[in-house]
This record gives sequence, C-alpha cells and structure tokens, in this order.
Amino acid sequence: MKKILTIISTLVLAVLLSACGAKEDTVKFGVIGPLTGDYSMYGIAVENGAKLAAAELNADGGVLGKTLEIIAYDSKGEATEGVNAYNRLRDQDEVNALIGGTFSGVTLAVKQLAVEDGMPVLSPTATNPDVTLNAANVFRACYTDSYQGSVAAVFAADSLSATNVAVMYNRDDAYSQGLAQAFMDEFDARSLSYTAFEFGATDDDYSAILTNIKSGGYDAVFLPAYVAEVGKALTQADALGLEMPFIGGDGWDGIEADYAAVAEGNYFANHYAKTDESEVIQDFVANYTEEYGEAPNALAALAYDAVYAMAAAMEDAGSTDYEAVVAALTALDYQNAVTGSIKFDSNGDPIKSITIIKVVEGIHVVETKIDAS
Amino acid sequence: MKHNIEKIRRALYGPTLINYIVVAVIFIILFTLVSTGAVNRYISNLMILVLVMIIMSTSLNVATGFLGQLHLGHAAFMGIGAYTASLIAIGLEDAIANGFVLFLVSTAGAIVTAGVAGLIIGAPALRLRGDYLGIMTLGFGEMVKTIITNLKGLTNGAQGLYGIPRIMTFPIAFWTTVVVVTLIFLFMNSRHGRAILSIREDEIASESVGINITRYKLTGFVVASMFAGVGGSIFAFSIGFIAPTTFNFLKSVEIFVIVVLGGMGSLSGSIVASIVLVAMPELLRDFSQYRYLLYSTLLIIIMLFRPQGLMGTKEFNIPRLFKRIFGVYKEPSSKGSDS
Amino acid sequence: MELFINQLINGLNTGSIYALVAIGYTMVYGIIRLINFAHGEIMMFGSYFAFIFAYMMPFELPFVAIIVIAMVFAALMGMLIERIAYKKLRTAPRISALITAIGMSLFLQNLAQLIFGATPKVMHPLVSTEPVVILGYNISLLTLLTIGLSIFFMVVLTLFVRKTKPGKAMRAVSQDKEAAILMGINVNKIISLTFAIGSALGALGGIFYAMAYSNVEPTLGVMPGLKAFIAAVFGGIGNITGAMIGGYLIGIIETMVKAYISSKWVDAIVFGLLIVILLFKPSGLLGKNVKEKV
Repeated sequence: MKKILTIISTLVLAVLLSACGAKEDTVKFGVIGPLTGDYSMYGIAVENGAKLAAAELNADGGVLGKTLEIIAYDSKGEATEGVNAYNRLRDQDEVNALIGGTFSGVTLAVKQLAVEDGMPVLSPTATNPDVTLNAANVFRACYTDSYQGSVAAVFAADSLSATNVAVMYNRDDAYSQGLAQAFMDEFDARSLSYTAFEFGATDDDYSAILTNIKSGGYDAVFLPAYVAEVGKALTQADALGLEMPFIGGDGWDGIEADYAAVAEGNYFANHYAKTDESEVIQDFVANYTEEYGEAPNALAALAYDAVYAMAAAMEDAGSTDYEAVVAALTALDYQNAVTGSIKFDSNGDPIKSITIIKVVEGIHVVETKIDAS
Repeated sequence: MKHNIEKIRRALYGPTLINYIVVAVIFIILFTLVSTGAVNRYISNLMILVLVMIIMSTSLNVATGFLGQLHLGHAAFMGIGAYTASLIAIGLEDAIANGFVLFLVSTAGAIVTAGVAGLIIGAPALRLRGDYLGIMTLGFGEMVKTIITNLKGLTNGAQGLYGIPRIMTFPIAFWTTVVVVTLIFLFMNSRHGRAILSIREDEIASESVGINITRYKLTGFVVASMFAGVGGSIFAFSIGFIAPTTFNFLKSVEIFVIVVLGGMGSLSGSIVASIVLVAMPELLRDFSQYRYLLYSTLLIIIMLFRPQGLMGTKEFNIPRLFKRIFGVYKEPSSKGSDS
Repeated sequence: MELFINQLINGLNTGSIYALVAIGYTMVYGIIRLINFAHGEIMMFGSYFAFIFAYMMPFELPFVAIIVIAMVFAALMGMLIERIAYKKLRTAPRISALITAIGMSLFLQNLAQLIFGATPKVMHPLVSTEPVVILGYNISLLTLLTIGLSIFFMVVLTLFVRKTKPGKAMRAVSQDKEAAILMGINVNKIISLTFAIGSALGALGGIFYAMAYSNVEPTLGVMPGLKAFIAAVFGGIGNITGAMIGGYLIGIIETMVKAYISSKWVDAIVFGLLIVILLFKPSGLLGKNVKEKV
C-alpha cells in the first residue's frame, strides 16, 4: 500500500512541478514531421533545413530582436501522432507559429485544430490542395498536388508521348491520392487513357499489381508516392522485368541514396534541383552540406524557405500576435527563396515553377522546367 | 427483487462509504487544478486520457481478469464506439447546443453499436477456448480495423476523421469514469458476476453445476464491449480526431498490459496501473521511444515472477489503508466484506 | 492465361515465405502447445542478421554463407528465448505463457528498433534479378531461388522428422510428453532443437522477404508473421505438412485477391478465413480433433 501511495504522490508532485515551467524570452517555431520510421528522411530534412535557417537568422540578430528557437516533434507520418505533437507544441511549449506538418495527411488533421486556434501555420511541404482551403491562417511554401499532378501529366503526354498510362498510387495517403487524381483529371481533359492501380499503406508486395501493369501495354507508369514505397516498387518492377519509364512526384526526392540502380532513367517532379546553378541554390547546398554532411533534398530547402518567410512576416508585423502575423503573411512577397519566390494567392498557395528531374547514374539531371500556366 | 436491492444497498454503503468521500476529495483537488489553470491544457488532456484508460482497463478486466478469457481485440470496440459517437456528434452538432447533452446522445449510440458488435463477435468467438479465443479476437480486431478503413465514405478511411466537436471536459470525463467503474463493481458483485468468477476458476465444473456458460461468457463480453465504447467516445471528444490505426492490435496490447500489471481480477489494480502506465511515458516524453520496450519487459517479468500482478485479485480497502498510514483504525460496518 | 500463370508464380513466391515461417509456429505449438507470438520477430531478426553479414562486414561473403550464418544465429536466438521466457512456464496456465509470448514479441520489436533504429535498412537482392526463362515464362532468379530453396528445406525437414532419431523423438514429445520421458528422451533438448529448427526456417523466410521487398525494419515480421500463423492454423496447427500447404494456399489466395479484386480486402479476407476455420474446423485441414479432458 505504502509503495503505491508513494508512487501516486510522486506523480502528483511531478505533475505540479512540470506545470510551472520558466518562460523564456525567445521566439519559438514548432516543427512537425516524421523524424523516425519509414519516412524519417523527410522529417529530418525538414528539421535540419529549419534549424539551418534559424541558426543563420540568429547570427544576424534573431527575430524581433529575440533568439529564434525551433522545436521539432515526431509525427511518424501518422495523423494521430501529428495531432498529439501539435497539442504539445501549443499547450506545453507555447510556440508562436507552426512550420508544419510535413506530410499532407498529417497537416490536414492538424489544420482543423490550427483553424480553431488561429495560429499562423506555414507548411513547408504539404501539397494536398485541401490543406489551405477555407483556412485564412494556413499557408504553404510549396506548390499544390493539383498543380503538380497536372504538370506531371503534361510532361508524360508532351515530352514522353504517352497515350496510355498506369497510375499506381497509395489509397491510404492523401498526398498520393491527390497527385494521382490530378494526373488523371488532366489526362481526361486531353482524352488520353489511363488505368488506376491502388495499393495500401500496409502492402509490401506489389508483384500482383506490377504483373498486371506489365501485361497491360502501358507507355509509362505514374507512381506518386514516398521513397519507402517507390523504392520497393521499383525493386520489384525491376525483378519482374518492367521496361516502361516511371514518373513520380516530389516524394521521390532522395531516391538516389539507396535505390539509384533501379531508379535509373526514371523521372520525377520536384521543387528544385540541387545541381541547378543559381547562386542562392548553390549557397544553400554548400551551407547545408557543411552543417549536416550530406546534400539537402527539396524538403530541406522548402523548410529553410518557410522559416525565413515566417520570420520575415513576423518582422513585418512587428509582433508575435497571431492575427498580425497572419495578416503579414497574406501580404508577404519573399523574393529570394531557394525554391523560387514565395508570394501567396488568395488561398495561401504560392505561385511557383516545377522542375522535372531525370535520374541519370544516380544524379539528378534537370530535364525541364515548367512554369505556372 | 427485494433481496437484490438489499444486496446492492449493502454493497454500496458500509465500508465503501469512505470510498465515496475519497473519490469526491480527489475530484475536488483535480478539478481545482484544472479550472484555475494551475495545470495547462496539455496536462488536463493527459488526465482525461488516464481516465479513458481506466475505463478501458476495468472493462477489459471483466472479460479477461474475471472471466479468464484471453481477449486481444478490446481496442476494436473502443474504435467502434469512438467512430459511432463522433459521427453522431458531427451530424447533430448544429441541432444540439449543449455539449453535455451531445455527449450523452452520442455515447448512447456508441454503447449500442459497441454492444451489438460485442454480441456478433462474442457469440462465435466464445465457443473457443484459450489460445484460439485469443487469436479469434485478434483476427476480429484486425477485421474491424480494415472495415472501418474501407468504409471511406462514412469514416474518411485511413486519413482519419476530423472535425469532431471537442466537447469533453474534465468533470464529464471524471464522473463518467466513476459511473463506469461503479457499474462494473456492482456487476461483479451480483449473481452474474459470481457466475463469471466461477467460470474462470473451473469452466467444466461450473457447467456441471448448471451454470449456462455461454450465456454468462457472452454477457461479460458484451458488458466489457459496451464500456469500451464509452471509453472510445470520451477519447474521440477529447482529441477531436481519430483514425483506424489508433485502435489497432498494439492498443489492445497496451490495455492488456495494464490489466495484467494491475492484477487480472482487481479493479483498483487496473486503476493504479492505468495512472502509472499512461501518465509516466507522457511526462517522460524524452524517453517515450522506450515506452513499448518498457511495457513488454514489464509484461514478461510479471508473467515470470509475479503473474498475479500488483494487486492480484484484491481491491483497495480504504479503512485498512488509513490504518496502515495513520495508525488509526476505522471500524468497518458489521455487514459487507472487503470491497 | 499467361497473366494467370505469372500471378500464380507470384503467389508461390509469397507462399514459400509464409510456408517457411508457418513451419516454425506449427512445430513449437506441436511440442509445447504454445503459440509463439515472437516467431514473426525471429523472421525479422533473420533478415537483420543477413543484412549485417551482407553489408557490414569488412569482407565479402558468398550468398550461401550469408544465409547459413543468419540461420544459425536465428536458431541460437530461438533457443535462448525459449530458455529465458518459456521454459519456466511449461506447467503454468496457458494464458500466462501466451501473455509472455506477446510480451516477448513486443520486446523483440522494440529491441530491434533500439539496436538498428526505426528507419528501414535497404536490402538489395543478393543474387541477380536477371530473369530466367522457364517454359516461356520469365522468372527472376530470386523468385526461383525462393521457391526452390524453400521446397528443398521442407523436404529435408520432412525426411528428418520421419527417418532420424531426433526427428522421431520430436514426434514422440508432441504426442505424449510423459510417455516420451519414460522412454528416455531428453525432453529439454528436443524442445530446444524444435525451436532451433523452427527459428532457422523462419529466418530464411525473413531473408527472402527482405530481398524481395527491400525494406528491413523492426516491424517486418508483424503482418507476415500473423499471416503465416493463420496459414499454420489453416493447415492444422501442429502438423508440419499442413503448415506448408497452408502457407502456399494463403500466399496464392492473397496474390489472386490482389491481382483480380483489390488489395483493399486482402486483410479482411485472410482474417475472415481464419475465423471461418476456427469456427468450423479448428483443427485445420490436416489436423485431428482433440477432446478436452476433465
């Protein structure tokens, strides 16, 4: 009995103690992303990109004269974890703004809560169109899936002369689904044919689907998914002897790390190419590589831009008051971003161009750049 | 009938009167903390999560601890309750303004669906014993998860359901938990409860004495499922967002560990274990990656060295507790046994 | 028709893996009446062992060596687990042993996460995936190896159980432990041997799985382990031949559902099959009905 009483009283004490935390004089941005698990390459990239930006800003005087602190929590790519992380950031850490989520699915879940709270949210990488819909305080630093999907379709139809495409996507993921739908809509508009092949988040074995695709006589396969799935799929496709080209979305970025061999000769849409020669990009790549020992993928670049954008908005607003910052974001015109300029339309989406990359011998080669039109 | 009322009165009053006072005092302390903002929203949400787990573990105790049946799919009923309550609330959100009333209506729906599901799943499953029953319940749990995921139009599938009205408050959660635990306690002290206990002790002997095994097993299972539905409802209204993966096998195991740790057959044990195993990992968030490592190690160690868990089949006896701490002896009323 | 055959080959590939893992479940259940929930994790560790010996050694090892070493390590691991966790509970109520097994399964998953990290490691097929042409069908060498090696090991196992002394001892202990002791059989050794063989085969299944689907992660064994278990129950738990047949059946059913219906319903169908079998013939396809004694 006594032991239990001790445990309980310790608990109550711990609760009371943790409730009174010291309030520091910093500006805090929260970051939510998959820091562990299958998708950790994305979350870690976002966290690193954000922290690099914060370090540079702090070296330059900080935000509103105070130090900028980045607090990152793990969403594991799951909506429930993302919601928990958001609650913790808001209630325990009392962040002034959110750079997140990283995944569209997670961001959609968090969006509801953020709209209720009015917190300024700038997602670096969530591309699903619904994320910024009817949410005055939610913005994004990247283009949307509807745009990305249709550009991929344009590329397939025009540059690859594809008239019949297999669209293979993850039915459990908002990102994958959104991209696939946009692609299919564009093909419909052009009266070209396609067939949809769905797989689920828990599937490892794509051989049944890929065998069907192989025998269907398609010109190309559109596979908008993350590296964890794409790598598996390409490996199995290679083993089954599929020869048509694969096209992907920005979730493919990073595929050359482990899957260079099977990714050879395929294409994907991205936010920038690290081999692009503009000064802003090369500076960023050099700084990131020096700090973290590896080249940054597009998500790191977007997070970097997002932090700079949010900081700029706060400076414009002159305070961390939610409404003021949101107003400043709405009016923001941030020209010098690594991934292209950031200026939001009425929804909260920036108008940007897409780079189509081809994987050649493990290197990203810029195949073409397509502007918003 | 009169005999039963007398029994219930004896069970409720007597030495358990002191329990009421303790409960009320605990509530006053915690409620003051919450409403004055002495603890932030994160902590008060955590307390609600602890309460949800108390409901889940005490209800699982009915099926596993008291009934002795291995039930590995309890989280599925939590999920069914959560989704039902959420969908009702989203639908009636504009019609009913009062949060508490909305909660009652939605939870009533949750109880019904979870109970019906318990009946449908329990009827075939409980014909099996031991390992096979465990696997069946596991299988059913996975099937429920898949069905919820595939009913995309209704539940928004794997993306999860958001926009659930966040009407949960600490008092609602607390008192609902008290009601649930009290009901379970009464159930176990009733004729039904005693039949269930005898089934656990020796199934074949019970049958030979004339106890209708199937009926009592099923009753216990359905009761457990209904309360799981209540837990799911509170959970949904607290977080505002649910997904099929929230209610998976891992969650069932989590609840199971708590029941085993507290002692299969002890309600107080489940309560204590719920507090410890839910609050600790959250507060020690830096070590949260070791959470499941801790759970599993605990489970193995308990089964090897102290299979009866923390409290075995005993319950808290507050007068005895006072005696031990303060050296003050509180005379228990003549009737009534240990709670 | 050609498409059907190709899908059938896919099903045989998956089925071989399930069969290898199912054997482990069935052998352990046959000998100590325990559902070893942790068996899926042995499968997972098997693939991690292979990963270590394939990529993290300062020297390069031939394919066969990698597989054998990984299987040996897995066998040792299986025996260790039995010794630590299950031996003490041989006379305890079944529910206790089951709970321990669940705990062990979770423990191993989290242990792997602690040691290797939650980010999946990428395992490339250690043999070329160049297609081999058989009867006009293109089959990758990996698939051929998976199916071929699995059948080879299953034949060896069946011969072992039928013809050799330890094999017969295993059968004896499964049938009647007390009588086996009276016959002078060292039951502890036989149980350890059972775990060793079951774990080695499960690990092999894990290695083929990792090579085919490239990701090695702590949760690798969860779903396949569950499905392999269903296969074992399907074929008749305790019956080795049943496990093999069950494995291939489940693999083919799964593939066909994915190919011709949709992967959406695969899980529900497989679990539904489990429930149906448990309700109507719990002893499985090849099992015998055992009455419970008072």
